[in-house]
Amino acid sequence: MNSSYLLRRIGYGLVLMLCVVILNFLLIRLAPGDPAMVIAGEMGGATEEMLESIREEYGLNKPVLTQLAIYVGNVARGDLGQSFFFDQPVASLIAQRVGPTILLVIVAQVLSIVIGVVLGVLAARKPNGLMSGFVSVFATIGYAVPVFWTGIMLIILFASILPIFPVEGMQSVRLRDAGPLAKALDIAHHLVLPAFTLAIIYLAQYARLSRASMLEVLGSDYIRTARAKGASQRSVLFKHALRNAALPILTVAGLQFGNLISGALLVETVFNWPGMGRLAFDSILRRDYPTIMGVLFFASAMVVVANLLTDLSYRLADPRLRGK
Amino acid sequence: MKDPTTVPASEGAEPQDDLITRYKAQSPASEAWRMFRRNIPALAGTVMLAIIVLATLYGTFLYNGDPFDIVWAPHEPPGATADFPLGTDYLGRDLLAGILTGGGPTLAVGAAAAAITMLIGITLGALSGFYGGWVDNLLMRFTEFFQVLPALLFAMVLVTLFSPSLWTIAIAIGVVSWPQTARLTRAEFLKIKELEYVTAARAIGARNKRIIWTVILPNAMPPLIVSATLTIGVAILFEAGLSFLGLGDPNVMSWGLMIGANRDYILDAWWPVTFPGLAIFFTVFSVSLIGDGLNDAFNPKLRER
Repeated sequence: MNSSYLLRRIGYGLVLMLCVVILNFLLIRLAPGDPAMVIAGEMGGATEEMLESIREEYGLNKPVLTQLAIYVGNVARGDLGQSFFFDQPVASLIAQRVGPTILLVIVAQVLSIVIGVVLGVLAARKPNGLMSGFVSVFATIGYAVPVFWTGIMLIILFASILPIFPVEGMQSVRLRDAGPLAKALDIAHHLVLPAFTLAIIYLAQYARLSRASMLEVLGSDYIRTARAKGASQRSVLFKHALRNAALPILTVAGLQFGNLISGALLVETVFNWPGMGRLAFDSILRRDYPTIMGVLFFASAMVVVANLLTDLSYRLADPRLRGK
Repeated sequence: MKDPTTVPASEGAEPQDDLITRYKAQSPASEAWRMFRRNIPALAGTVMLAIIVLATLYGTFLYNGDPFDIVWAPHEPPGATADFPLGTDYLGRDLLAGILTGGGPTLAVGAAAAAITMLIGITLGALSGFYGGWVDNLLMRFTEFFQVLPALLFAMVLVTLFSPSLWTIAIAIGVVSWPQTARLTRAEFLKIKELEYVTAARAIGARNKRIIWTVILPNAMPPLIVSATLTIGVAILFEAGLSFLGLGDPNVMSWGLMIGANRDYILDAWWPVTFPGLAIFFTVFSVSLIGDGLNDAFNPKLRER
């Protein structure tokens, strides 16, 4: 992999982020009403002095292009504005919440890919077998269930009928002074239901996709060669075929990341998971626009980074793309 | 489309056995319909969707009741009184009335949002694929930009900024979901514009506008119809998610709103959240069964997968 390609990709990512910042800027100004009022928020009960200080800070009395330059400059310095509801800088609010969201999203992503691919590969062994039928039915069902409703159903199940997993929050209060290992186990315990809820939708899609992709690869000549050499079924499936079948799965996994963040937003709300989704929801209810815009910016940045990583891993996985 | 330049959608596909013996020149649409008709899950989906649509349109004529009225004690279990077959919610509002009226906004927003998605996606994708060059470059960068924004979050921002009404919600969902349609349309256009009948149309003097909309687009329709069906399903889930978060129109009862309103009491009563969720599930499920059926009907070659 050459470094000029990497630099180009990073530069492109930065351009995309700049576009998100400009979009945020335009949204606030396109919204009906005085932008200072919009920024202060209806719940803020903004006084005339507050409005004046907002106009000052965002340069709202200046020409629009100057305003945009000020806004972009602020964001570039990591200043996403001040939340009027939480009375804190938006950047530090997001910094507190970003960890839990990344944890949730990555665990859900790994769960759905691993389980989905295993199901898909097993199904591909017999294209018309029981497992194949299960995978297609499961994929259609998984696609049709609203993710927040799955969460609620799991809460009902695990809170009253089978109380083995906590259904709310990320940490137990009673473990506040416990050691790091006990804390980590506690978080993992709390993570089971939200991560699984989020994983179900994508798991079904990966299962269907990897089944289709495997069936295509299993028909190719080099698989017949591998079998002729006497390679075992497991080695053919997981070593020879899956490597090539994994490429479309990788592409989809990268594209899914944005949807995963959207899903995390609903799941966090249902399970009271203290992440960015929960923050977005709270700030939208309070019409706390600087926070909302900050979350939108940061969530988009996460998608840009995820896309970049997917692209790079794709090049590592597929030798044909290297050096291009 | 009775255009002489049209080729069957299944061109290149291996004909089914019985098609060889009974093959008559048929329009691609009627051929697809023949395939669809024999697909039992797809037919089941069609019937299921028809029942749901009829129930939301005419259900209130048979079963009267305002879903916002407090008519009974709170949390009456389903089946306990004949008057309220599905029971009541945390305020004592009739759940069956909510289910019957709550489908209207969900389905309407789903359909409108899917239409907006297809309109934006097909237009941009067609221009991008047909003209190529800098138009393609510009439009694809624009599409990539929209794919970076987390859709639900962006829709939430739009709805909050521009006050929640059914139209704002439909437009917001449309604005966040068109990129995939645009990419699909572009891919189809790239493939079709190289075919001979497009060259033929150009040779007889057809202008670009005519070639895009009456020569290429009709032939690109089969995968786009499938994608439109799936888009309706996604749009319904979107609407439900927004209403669940309390960002829907507060004056209109919808399935998502019912779940959102009752979610603080799920451990006291399971039914007020379960029934609306099942309603959403069956609606999206039926739509996706139809989508899968259409996909099989248009691409018989892909059926074994």
